[in-house]
Amino acid sequence: MTGPALGPEAWALGPSVLRDMHKIRVVIAKPGLDGHDRGAKVIARALRDAGMEVIYTGLRQTPEQIVNAALQEDADVIGLSILSGAHMHICPRVVELLREKGLTEVLVVVGGIIPDTDVPKLNAIGVEGIFQPGTPMQDIVDFIDRHTRARVASNS
Amino acid sequence: MGAPADTTHAKRVVERLYTPDSIASLEYERDLGDPGQYPYTRGIHASGYRGKPWTMRQFAGFGTPEETNERYRQLLEAGGTGLSVAFDLPTLMGRDPDHELSLGEVGKCGVSIASLADMEALFEGIDLGAITTSMTINGPASMILAMYLVLAEQRGTDWRTLSGTIQNDILKEFIAQKEFIYPPRPSMRLVTDVFAFCAEQMPRWNTISVSGYHIREAGATAAQELAFTLRDGIEYVQYGIDAGLAVDAFAPRISFFFNSHSDFFEELAKFRAARRIWACVMRDRFKAHSPRSWQLRFHAQTAGVSLTAQQPYNNVVRTALQAMAAVLGGAQSLHTNALDEALALPTAEAATLALRTQQIIAEETGITEVVDPLGGSYYVEALTTALEKEALVYFDTIDRMGGMVAAIERGYPQREIAESAYRSQQAIETREQIIVGVNQFTADEEAPIKTLYIDEAAQQRQLARLDEIRRRRDSRRVAAALAALEAGAATGANTMPLLLDAVRAYATLGEMCDSLRKVWGEYVESPVI
Repeated sequence: MTGPALGPEAWALGPSVLRDMHKIRVVIAKPGLDGHDRGAKVIARALRDAGMEVIYTGLRQTPEQIVNAALQEDADVIGLSILSGAHMHICPRVVELLREKGLTEVLVVVGGIIPDTDVPKLNAIGVEGIFQPGTPMQDIVDFIDRHTRARVASNS
Repeated sequence: MGAPADTTHAKRVVERLYTPDSIASLEYERDLGDPGQYPYTRGIHASGYRGKPWTMRQFAGFGTPEETNERYRQLLEAGGTGLSVAFDLPTLMGRDPDHELSLGEVGKCGVSIASLADMEALFEGIDLGAITTSMTINGPASMILAMYLVLAEQRGTDWRTLSGTIQNDILKEFIAQKEFIYPPRPSMRLVTDVFAFCAEQMPRWNTISVSGYHIREAGATAAQELAFTLRDGIEYVQYGIDAGLAVDAFAPRISFFFNSHSDFFEELAKFRAARRIWACVMRDRFKAHSPRSWQLRFHAQTAGVSLTAQQPYNNVVRTALQAMAAVLGGAQSLHTNALDEALALPTAEAATLALRTQQIIAEETGITEVVDPLGGSYYVEALTTALEKEALVYFDTIDRMGGMVAAIERGYPQREIAESAYRSQQAIETREQIIVGVNQFTADEEAPIKTLYIDEAAQQRQLARLDEIRRRRDSRRVAAALAALEAGAATGANTMPLLLDAVRAYATLGEMCDSLRKVWGEYVESPVI
């Protein structure tokens, strides 16, 4: 599936608006060995229903595979779902690989069982959204929407 | 009843009042029977919990085998009556702690068991003949069972006296929990190898725990949990028969594992419906003659997914109510979740409180005095029948697809569950479903509670032990055992004796699983959203 074709009126408005009308592209990934994918699948569907283009990688993706998917899919956002406690190993690696590949514009968010004590550490390395158990889907949709728009605005 | 699968997502209508009319078609002898009588709707034992209380079996495991061993001793001292091993993700996936995918996962979600040496440490000072042990593992179930057997052998404990359960339910891994290794069909071969081996060597062992728990946690409704679990059970029986086993030789050792969720009456009715459906399936579909083949025995666990990170003390109340539903539904054993499990693995204090919850139900409430005390309730009987009917619609659909393996291969149960999971999340967002402390009665400020933090030390210790094992063992003996395993897998030989030899030589879990990966390959799921 691709986004809707843009008509000539969109081109006339210039590149920043063009970007704005382009669907937000999100790679939802499930890194590590854990197979509990309920959250990843529910959020993938919520983002899709909110009008975003969602690519779900499936299970057991390495950070390398996730970053490659983001590159190939021209993703605006990477959403990681981690419940196993391995987030402090996986998130830094994903952020580091994004930097290596020059994908510094990609918004990184993580959802799952993340203890409070790890939240500031993840923020510090550049994981901007951290969604703990009980977060409403709409909050995640709004967060992604707000942050990707802010980036587009600052780049135009 | 060929209703399109979609309609099963419709919410069941609950009436304001149930009357004798609600159960007019029910016949006592045919549909209920006394406890201990076919179709066992009211329970499998005439004496209920007066004859035998349920086993209080708390699922536990984290870090190194030594750390988990300490927790087990504490649970047994606190009055726990059975053990239940939680393994870490590398173990569940058949990977050694030094595999690249194991990084950051060793000892985190359970205990790390990489070889017989770890199994020795896990049960240090615990008499295998005096306790019952449940081991929640599926992909590498037979390898872990082989380790338990060799440990018993070392200590001179007769295999025939061992009592406990190996989960060994690979179908629900493909459906819900996703800790699979090999493709479905060779995976089923490992399962039936365990059936055949245990039928001869381990008469008191439950060779499988057909599990709805994870199916429910992944988002299934109560009816879907009931339907998919029992349909999985049918698939295992069919594969056992197809492997040449007599139904009454292995069916009595099949056990079940259900979730006990928050909708109180629906849950206890689900357990009653499960017994009736299974009795009928085993007698009429499979022509089993032994009443022991007809009797559905089950373990229950309160719903992990219902636990909230917000206002975690509320979880104690949720768990108590869910546990009551399981007891009123006639569970043979029960695990109660700890209040902090939406945040982390439980602390020792939280785990003890969870056990105390069961003890209070057993000792203080009087619930255990009467067998099936809610039997005959217009509502409970109507609900039991409604759930049974919903499950049978699913049976038809899956039968028409060619069975559960075929249904899984086309992603059918996976899609049904994903749909329900999404709907239940939407119901929470719209407050159609209230979760206290989450979308209603919320608090702005909450004092954090103490949680268990598992550091990286466990990984270091496990890596060191693995190194030591590899240096100390006879590597030629290991290589020969692994080669024999690989050769046996390629032919039709039962893999259990070959695994026992590999374990005796201290082959690691990852090595044994790799030998079979060479023959069968690995399963890669096409994700269904």
